[in-house]
Amino acid sequence: MSVEVVLPGVLADLAGGAKHLAVDPDGDTLADLFDALAREHPLLARRIRDETGRVRRFVNVFVDGDDVRHLGGLSTPVRDGAQVQVLPSIAGG
Amino acid sequence: MTDLLAIGTRKGLFLARSEDGRRTWTLDGPHLLAQEVAAVCVDTRGAAPRVLAGIQYGHWGPTVMWSDDLGSSWQETDYGAIRFPEDAGAALHRVWQLRPDSADRPGVVWAGCEPHSLWRSTDGGCSFSLVRGHWDHPHRPTWEPGGGGGAVHTILPDPASDRVTIAMSAGGVYVSDDGGAHWEPRNRGITAPFLPEPPEYGQCVHKVAVDAAGPDAMVAQNHFGVFRTEDAGRSWSSIAGGLPADFGFPIASSPSTPGTAWVVPLVADMQRVPPAGRLRVHRTRDAGATWTESTAGLPDASWTAVVRDAFCVDEQDPTGVYLGTRDGCVYASADEGDSFTLVADHLPDVLVVRAVHLP
Repeated sequence: MSVEVVLPGVLADLAGGAKHLAVDPDGDTLADLFDALAREHPLLARRIRDETGRVRRFVNVFVDGDDVRHLGGLSTPVRDGAQVQVLPSIAGG
Repeated sequence: MTDLLAIGTRKGLFLARSEDGRRTWTLDGPHLLAQEVAAVCVDTRGAAPRVLAGIQYGHWGPTVMWSDDLGSSWQETDYGAIRFPEDAGAALHRVWQLRPDSADRPGVVWAGCEPHSLWRSTDGGCSFSLVRGHWDHPHRPTWEPGGGGGAVHTILPDPASDRVTIAMSAGGVYVSDDGGAHWEPRNRGITAPFLPEPPEYGQCVHKVAVDAAGPDAMVAQNHFGVFRTEDAGRSWSSIAGGLPADFGFPIASSPSTPGTAWVVPLVADMQRVPPAGRLRVHRTRDAGATWTESTAGLPDASWTAVVRDAFCVDEQDPTGVYLGTRDGCVYASADEGDSFTLVADHLPDVLVVRAVHLP
């Protein structure tokens, strides 16, 4: 199974500069995908989720174009070949 | 010989240096641009000074970073220097305080965080362990947040014993005499006008400093009131009588002269501006019996404020006094507060200042 993770530029630095990562999760949910990402890129994964596993408040995650907050959150199914995009929300300063 | 002043702001860290005995300063930065730096310390116990910063990315969460080359490069631990264990069921929200322990405890650094938690590092701040005796304290579920959040914001390890004194908003003062395993509240005499009865704990103590007289003597700037204890916090007495207002956030004490301390009064909790719009530092040299206003070099028509950690002293003789304001000005005094010079202006809101002397 291979899932494409698309990163914003500011996070790509934490993945060796790659904005597109191919990740092979152990399971078929978004949580499984992020767990696999954390094994390979712990610093990157920590920017996306806190230590309880929650996606950070100002981080948006889309599976095949749909915001997971309106799907199943971390339980959202992630199929083989899916694209998961991580984007900063409208916030900052 | 360099005097270094670390300035943490809402949008990055600045480092000011003085090479002429703290008379003039040059500013370097911003480092960690666009990251909130609410906690900073400079650990001078090692071969090279280590700058530790508690930062908050706007989107990507809080962490601790360090620089061993005075800001040229920064490092962080992959899994996070401060990371709640799974069974705690909590996530780090903000690092409020970073405090190196004494020279006799090299590598030990303390951190105070939100939610109310105390952390201890033995590797110079690269990784911290949750102080369980504090986290598991039966009072913790009833500690309330202050307006800025619920956090351990003051950590005072006694260099001569296993005593550690902390202060929390709004939990009050707690003391451990066994290095953090057990804690007891010590707030008798500290007011809490937002509660119907004087409580054992729950006061909104804004900052505590240890007096040079020794570990049992401390001063505290409370949400309402300025207090002093001579018995390690078992009883506190007001020393606010000579001040124009008893509200404020920071308090600092002389590292060498007993009875000497400084505060920056604000009018009241619902009017957090300097009295009459004149930003002033007030100093006592007699343990709070009387206070003297420092005027030279500080602005009139100033409607800003100084938050709890945007104020510090150094360990030089005479003692240096430093403050940063919410409107981005930083002032330094090389004469114990008799006069101040402007170090920087037009910075983002200043959240923390820390001064050290580098050999």
